[in-house]
Amino acid sequence: MSGESLSLTMPTASPHAHAGGSVTRVMAKVMLALLPATLYGFWLYGWPAFHLFMFTIMFALFGEAFALRLMRRPAVPVLLDGSALLTGWLLALSLPPWEPWWIGAVGGLFATLVAKQLFGGLGQNLFNPAMVARVALLISFPVPMTLWVAPLPLGSVGAPGFAAGLQITLAGIPQLDAVASASLLGFAKTELSRGIDLLHAAANTPALSWVGARAGSLGETAALLIAGGGVAMIFMGIISWHIPVAMLAGIALPAALAHAIDPARYLDVTAHLLSGAAMLGAFFIATDYVTSPNTRVGQLIFGVGCGLLTWLIRTWGGYPEGVAFAVLLMNALTPAIDRLVKPRIYGRDRKGKPLDIAEPAP
Amino acid sequence: MGLIEKIFSLLEPAHWGVHPADRKRPAADVPVRTLPLPARLYVPLQQHIGAAARPIVLVGQTVLKGQLLAEAQGATSAAVHAPTSGIVAAIGDITAPHPSGLGFPAVTIESDGDDRWAYGYEGGVCVDPFSLPPQEIARRVAAAGVVGLGGATFPSALKLGLGLRAKIHTLILNGGECEPYLSCDDRLMRDCAAEIVDGIRIMLHATGATTALVGIEDNKPEAMAAMTAAARDFPDIQVRSVPARYPMGSEKHLFSALTGQEVPADGRTTDLGALVHNVGTAWAVHEALRQGRPLVERLVTLNGGALERPGNIRVPIGALVADVLAFVGLKTEPARLVMGGPMMGNRLPHARVPVVKGTSGILALTALEAASLDPGPCIRCSSCVRACPVGLLPLEMSARIGVDDLNGAVDLGLKDCIACGCCSYVCPSRIPLVHYFNHAKGELAAQGRAQLRNDAAKRLAAARVERLAREAQEKAAAAARRKAERAAQKAAEKAAAEAAQQASEEATA
Repeated sequence: MSGESLSLTMPTASPHAHAGGSVTRVMAKVMLALLPATLYGFWLYGWPAFHLFMFTIMFALFGEAFALRLMRRPAVPVLLDGSALLTGWLLALSLPPWEPWWIGAVGGLFATLVAKQLFGGLGQNLFNPAMVARVALLISFPVPMTLWVAPLPLGSVGAPGFAAGLQITLAGIPQLDAVASASLLGFAKTELSRGIDLLHAAANTPALSWVGARAGSLGETAALLIAGGGVAMIFMGIISWHIPVAMLAGIALPAALAHAIDPARYLDVTAHLLSGAAMLGAFFIATDYVTSPNTRVGQLIFGVGCGLLTWLIRTWGGYPEGVAFAVLLMNALTPAIDRLVKPRIYGRDRKGKPLDIAEPAP
Repeated sequence: MGLIEKIFSLLEPAHWGVHPADRKRPAADVPVRTLPLPARLYVPLQQHIGAAARPIVLVGQTVLKGQLLAEAQGATSAAVHAPTSGIVAAIGDITAPHPSGLGFPAVTIESDGDDRWAYGYEGGVCVDPFSLPPQEIARRVAAAGVVGLGGATFPSALKLGLGLRAKIHTLILNGGECEPYLSCDDRLMRDCAAEIVDGIRIMLHATGATTALVGIEDNKPEAMAAMTAAARDFPDIQVRSVPARYPMGSEKHLFSALTGQEVPADGRTTDLGALVHNVGTAWAVHEALRQGRPLVERLVTLNGGALERPGNIRVPIGALVADVLAFVGLKTEPARLVMGGPMMGNRLPHARVPVVKGTSGILALTALEAASLDPGPCIRCSSCVRACPVGLLPLEMSARIGVDDLNGAVDLGLKDCIACGCCSYVCPSRIPLVHYFNHAKGELAAQGRAQLRNDAAKRLAAARVERLAREAQEKAAAAARRKAERAAQKAAEKAAAEAAQQASEEATA
């Protein structure tokens, strides 16, 4: 008879059914959504970009494993959840593509070891690990972190091969001036600081492109592919539209307003949306579960905050790009937003008081 | 409320609950079978919310089917009847259908195989229930041992009485059956729609309600059609379709879905003029009032991947789960046995536990079906927040409970949790959230009881100190009084002696 053999097993609480999702599956879907933009980035910036990507991820994984080792916890099951891989991946996408290997290494280690595991590991970090690492790199090594190269697609004349690419990543760029380029945001900031307004500078303005043919970070430039991946995640139910839409609106609305008032001093909406990490930030960085609010309304506030701060930092801040700073600032506000914005409990008003008993309907 | 609430609901429409794969078919479509009478039946005395019934039979006594075995004791309790004819073989502890596997008292009946009804229970002997006063209907429902058959097993007669006192106008019949796998209510509505509708009419009479709303999830079109047809001639009974969504069968959620109103957190549906009963209960009321039959059998869904012939089985109360499993056949050894639905049901310690009045289903799940628990860290994806039908923050509550901050969890609304399991169901990290909440609720209840005990002990101690002080004082006073008396006596004696002395001196002089 069935029963007896079960008698010694542990009692298990209800429910006895499960929707079937897992953390690994969530992370895998995010990486799948990132894949087109990443592969495109490899093609656009060639082998050095690929090598940097691999170094960053390797050291991110190493940082995680090392921290777990110190805590005497088995590393393999935790590494298999995919979160450290994703952190390294996102960090790599946000780096200038021809960076030396040690930038990726320091960044990767810093992301998982300091920004994630020191806070208590997956789910415990207050700040987005990839963005903490990026900002740490930016303020520690400002020169390499603002060194942009013009796209030099694989197979085009002068594009480095596998070995030459590895040499660039390991030993640095041989002829820097030949490949260095400016990003639009950096260019605008420089021109404005020199007293040249944007209308007069327009002739020399770096190009903008929906498909990413511009100087920029490894995986930030192909706006269409990133947005496409983001929309795919929305359809897969991994993220909702609230944070991306709110963040892009938070950038676009003030940009449109300011540009309409004074086009000579303020970049237009397209320039803002297609520059820097706006798209990557809106769909992949700000939507990080751990560091964003847990209600839809809270997410809208968070998204608008990210967008608005990005625009403010880009326009008046000391750095040309502000997505990483904006996301980190809003990460810090997430616990406060979660305290203030809570779902309404059934039978209670927003303050938690039981509802009044309405007159019974006849 | 008002504007802010409107903005909120616009930005975040109420998406409560989950849509689990319902897995009700093919079991729901198989005609009902009857379990062959087992040789022994184990009838627990506690099959309801409230106090256990008190046995009134003796070991060795012959009983007939439907005969009272144990009577209700206390305000909230229900009678228990013999599910078949035979001899009382034992009265003592058996294993309860609960994961703990603890014992609880039951009457064991050895069947004589005749299944003979007690006199008066053969059916067709009852007066028209509509000529009876409502209180008499409630009394007969109580005498028949009817309890809520949706799973909560609250004594039905008490609820009918409550409805009468609360002056309700609407009777809501719960045909939601939102738990996956289960189809006993579905089957009952398909096969016994006329009896259910009759039961509803009797309950309308018993409660004084003017309208009955029958809520049926839209994944049960056959039941919907059968009930609509059966209720056609009774305009006061409306059969309504509600969306299939778990936990639609929750009393408050079904009420809201049918009426558009919300039950205040500190109130009940009766405060808004509505009383909710399960459709199975309506059937039991019909049986009790029209046939005079007590609740001694019920429809149980046998389902799960480990079963050979799943379906709905008519089972006498007290039959062992093992008997029922043997009847439907096992394909493979089940990885988990569950009594009730997969969302809120209890895991059974083994199959030698009895079917009780609240047993809506017995699930024999394969390892593939039974959710394995290998919890990981919370990634704050907030799936649980969106799944929660009550609007709680399960992730925050479980974090508080994890560090023993039970009051923090209460501040977040722990006491509003209905333990439906939606949060655990969707959690990608497979955190047993409901388990945390049930643990915390139990802990709080224990703390509350300990507090009561402490307070009582403190009161007693204070009373003792006061009493001792009073006694000491009284003793001192008594001693003083006695001393004074003694002194007075001595003085008197002395005076008397002196007087005597004086007298004798005077006499001698």
